[in-house]
Amino acid sequence: MNNNNPSKQTRSRRDRPGQTRRTVIQGALAGGLAGLAGVVPLRRARAAADASKWPKDAFSQKKEADAIKALYGKTPEASDKVSLDAPEIAENGAVVPISVSTTLPDVTSIAIIVSENPFPLAASYPIPAGTAPMVANRLKMAKTSKVTALVESGGKVFSASKEVKVTVGGCGG
Amino acid sequence: MASTIRVRAVASGDTTEVQALVQHPMDSGFVKDAKGQLIPPHYIEVMEFQHGGKTVFTAFWGPAVAKDPYIKFSFKGAHKGDDLTISWVDNKGQSDSLVGKIL
Repeated sequence: MNNNNPSKQTRSRRDRPGQTRRTVIQGALAGGLAGLAGVVPLRRARAAADASKWPKDAFSQKKEADAIKALYGKTPEASDKVSLDAPEIAENGAVVPISVSTTLPDVTSIAIIVSENPFPLAASYPIPAGTAPMVANRLKMAKTSKVTALVESGGKVFSASKEVKVTVGGCGG
Repeated sequence: MASTIRVRAVASGDTTEVQALVQHPMDSGFVKDAKGQLIPPHYIEVMEFQHGGKTVFTAFWGPAVAKDPYIKFSFKGAHKGDDLTISWVDNKGQSDSLVGKIL
């Protein structure tokens, strides 16, 4: 994984001479530099995911209720239309496959909460129109815990929970 | 250097099912190394999937997502041969992106 760094550095090093060359050429013209400054970040923004949208507040809450409040600002109601697929017993807490789907209409987001984790909010997925209200991922669980799937549908939040037993923790040292 | 992202997107009728795997340590910040030192948190915060200039899926992740994260979802409106642009950025500001073809 550390192998990525050299390649990235090489890439950025390769970019810089290009920028300098352009800067020199455009710098000769008044306002050329300003034009360049506008072009470069645009190109980068398109290539990379936008970290500024990450809901930092919700992810840093240490209590389940606070995380839900920070994410949705309302209390979820249990619904049998939310389906949470998680194992009864996870032998390895470091990799617990969990998937969420729902038959509710107008789903705008799905989130997964692991109550006993140091930070309960594990993942949050905004669902744009045209994307199915279904997601599968793999989470870490510190210990046996209640896992809750949250689904935002038509401005309301619905949930489904399941107890997952963990025999070997995934977050301990 | 191969990309950290591996993706398989298959169009079937109007729906495209996407499965992606990213190589990333996803360190939670709670695990100690062999010397008993805490490994600082290092995890992907945002992963985005774009098709035809539109974001079709966004994942906001915390440190509780397992190492080498896996994600599966599906969306409508894409066709075989279309491009699917995938990108991620982590809490250290590192990032990677990949343009995959829908099969």
